[in-house]
Amino acid sequence: MKRRLPDPVEAVEVTPDLERRAERAERWRGFRLAVPAYVYLIVLFAVPLVLVGVYSFASRSRTGQPLLHDWNLDSVKRLADSAFLQIAWRSILLALLTTIICLVVAYPFSYYIATRSERTRNVLLVFVMIPFWSNFLVRTYAWKVLLGADGIFTRIGEALGLWGQLLFTMPAVLIGLIYGFLPFMVLPLYASIERLDWSLVEAARDLYATGPKAFRRVTLPLSRPGIIAGSILVFIPSLGAYVTPDILGGAKTTLLGNYIVNQFLAARNWPLGSSISMAIMIVMLLATVLYFRSGGRTL
Amino acid sequence: MTEAAVSLSSVVKRFGDVVAVDDVDLEIEDGEFFSLLGPSGCGKTTTLRMIAGLEYPTEGSIRIYGEEMGLRPPNKRPVNTVFQSYALFPHMTVADNIAFGLQMQKVAPAEIVERVANAIDLVRLTGKGDRRPGQLSGGQQQRVALARALVNRPKVLLLDEPLGALDLKLRQAMQLELKDLQARVGITFVYVTHDQEEALTMSDRIGVMSDGRLLQIGRPDHIYEKPANRFVAEFIGETNFIEGTVAGPGVVTLPDGSTVRAGTHSAVGTPVTLTLRPEKILLEAAGTAPGDWNTMEGTVKRRMYYGDSLYYEIDFGYTVVDARQENRPRIQRFSVGDRVTVLFDPAAAEALTE
Amino acid sequence: MTTGRDRSMTTRRLDRILAGHSALVYLFFYLPLAVLVFFSFNDSRFANRWEGFTLDWYRAIPKDQALMNSVKNSLIIALESTAVATVLGTMAALSLERYKKWLGKRTFDALLYLPVIIPDVTMAVMLLIFFTQINQALGLTTIILSHIAFNISFVAIVVRARVSNLDPSLEEAASDLYASRWKSFRKVTLPLILPGVLGGALLALTLSLDDVVITSFVQGPGATPLAVEVFARIKRGVTPIINAVSTLMLVASILLILGSLLIQRRQGSATRGG
Repeated sequence: MKRRLPDPVEAVEVTPDLERRAERAERWRGFRLAVPAYVYLIVLFAVPLVLVGVYSFASRSRTGQPLLHDWNLDSVKRLADSAFLQIAWRSILLALLTTIICLVVAYPFSYYIATRSERTRNVLLVFVMIPFWSNFLVRTYAWKVLLGADGIFTRIGEALGLWGQLLFTMPAVLIGLIYGFLPFMVLPLYASIERLDWSLVEAARDLYATGPKAFRRVTLPLSRPGIIAGSILVFIPSLGAYVTPDILGGAKTTLLGNYIVNQFLAARNWPLGSSISMAIMIVMLLATVLYFRSGGRTL
Repeated sequence: MTEAAVSLSSVVKRFGDVVAVDDVDLEIEDGEFFSLLGPSGCGKTTTLRMIAGLEYPTEGSIRIYGEEMGLRPPNKRPVNTVFQSYALFPHMTVADNIAFGLQMQKVAPAEIVERVANAIDLVRLTGKGDRRPGQLSGGQQQRVALARALVNRPKVLLLDEPLGALDLKLRQAMQLELKDLQARVGITFVYVTHDQEEALTMSDRIGVMSDGRLLQIGRPDHIYEKPANRFVAEFIGETNFIEGTVAGPGVVTLPDGSTVRAGTHSAVGTPVTLTLRPEKILLEAAGTAPGDWNTMEGTVKRRMYYGDSLYYEIDFGYTVVDARQENRPRIQRFSVGDRVTVLFDPAAAEALTE
Repeated sequence: MTTGRDRSMTTRRLDRILAGHSALVYLFFYLPLAVLVFFSFNDSRFANRWEGFTLDWYRAIPKDQALMNSVKNSLIIALESTAVATVLGTMAALSLERYKKWLGKRTFDALLYLPVIIPDVTMAVMLLIFFTQINQALGLTTIILSHIAFNISFVAIVVRARVSNLDPSLEEAASDLYASRWKSFRKVTLPLILPGVLGGALLALTLSLDDVVITSFVQGPGATPLAVEVFARIKRGVTPIINAVSTLMLVASILLILGSLLIQRRQGSATRGG
């Protein structure tokens, strides 16, 4: 079949660029709608972001004032100091550990909820939503009460002869992080398991797969988006955590978040604080990009 | 001559590199039930949406009762649409849905109440005005969508596969209802469907579309009996294609050298395809005299039982032809391997060049 | 090969293990909170030894001037930042979901996601440096501006999910039925996305009330909100009055959650059918 190209001269006579005009008007309307948020985010997000980048290369006066003329790489170089690397390494390790434990705990839990009847499922979910939405500070504080010198958790440990006071130690921070971010792992996992087409698992069983095999070859790969989303949602805030280590940790448990805050609120070394912030942010952006690459869609 | 209700001239719609509607010219008459028929993706819905103002043509012009539509938005066009998904507002009652268009046009409240009540009666939903769309069955939702459009007394009603989501029984009942309704309100209907039976039973005229192009426009019987090309012949109903060459006025030579009479005006030597519908064929025992009709002799290759009819596959060596015989008394039955004569009226075989 | 009976028995055993595990997880979620609530009624200066029931700590809250002041600050900050963020975020969501690609749309989309991904600490640092650089005195204004900055994104994400589930033919039907753009938005789009908008607003409210890190950086004298005030006191030690305040904050959170669940349920019934 031949496709006759319409005669352009004739067409222009009838409708001069109607469609293009309509589309341009439509785009303009869409743009106008976004402008307030766009401008706001440029001024109060993009510009500050660039400023932090700029500050990373600034130096500071003896009184701690950042100097915006004497540019150098001092702050960036300090990222290679062994003292800082130790903090960074500790933070990353702790964030990874938090993520893995959350995943191991949350997967069977989410699986259980997702495989209940709809009514039960909804009730069980509400009781996940409550800690998810509850005040993070309050939830962290609850552990300070439990882990303190005469806290219940401490007394149980002492009675069993297994542990003493954990408050102000790394394990306390780890418990706090797990407690704080576990719901962030449960919800995406639940979402991806609940969406799963169970006939696929049945098909695997029909094709001679044993239960564990069907799980490993079908269920687990299909719930991958949830695993990745949950891991990112736990890893990112764990790595930048400030409140949890500040409340539950001690002097020996300085993490990246506390270190940055100290540079600004105590040590007054803004350039160093800026360069660390930039470094963390870049790591997290990479993690997120990796997530989107691996087929995830929503956060 | 009265003015055309809808007229499209040289309308083209491109989405990026894809040509959705390719140079369509079309005039739909006032008061007509016009169907755009074609497979999915043929551009029929896009054409309808351009009439409604939901899309603008890349090129060409659309007029409604002589008025150039140009960039006029949907809310300023004298047409209303029944959407494929019905698009009923889920947060409003049936009555509020139907009243919506009138409220937007600032019709007096008292008049709105009356017209909405009439529209509800018209589509036989009396007493259901307070329901939410979600509480209605598919067929009822469909009727709400219809009432919501008709209550505005549009000059043209556009229907986008309105029966597509209904089951077969309901669809057949609604076909009759729609046709009656159109006759009663006297509004021009432009009806988009991929269902050939729907188009044939309801329409005054049909436009068959494929690949963005309007292939043939005509009355249902005309489209069915005298298809303009292979696509139309094959898309609407079932048919057999037999290759041949024009041997003279109304005469076509078949591959085995025999000739049949068929509808053709092509020059001698033109290769043509004969289209011959299975139900136009009469089967008789081999050796039957031709008379006024064409005859071809072949062998029964297969027989299929359909309850109300029997299908025979007749092998002619160079082609196989399906023949449908009603399952009625006094109709002769054949078995596989039987030699039979195929008889058909020369008027039933159309020679196609496309 | 396992027989059908074997299989169902192993399934049942697995189910029981999963149920036990899940019970432990729920215990993990709620036990600390229960202990916290329990001790808020404890008639003792020391947080961890039960010495009888009292409401004294709750009675002490209204008399605590600094605390009450911080509650007032929190409400001002949360309400104002939520209102602005909800309007801007909803507009952004509509623009991204409903309009064809306009110049800069992709950049905007990315920019809108960043505040969600970026760690609190980085955002706090950014905003502190920004306000210092433009010589803006730190106080309520800077806190509100900062909260809007992160809340726009959260509102936009929640509303976007809702808008993308909205059948575009509903808006087309409205305009086919003579509604102008504005009327179509008011009568059809807005009522249908309202649950999403309210959900986004509730999330913004919660995030604003909860934020400690960013607020600590951009707060000024006299503008301390509740979360930062409580944070400062927690660092000093465990006190019964903080237990009481925490319990109240928990109750407020739960009320907000139940509110959002109610909205979600209504949203479910509104979209079904049609």
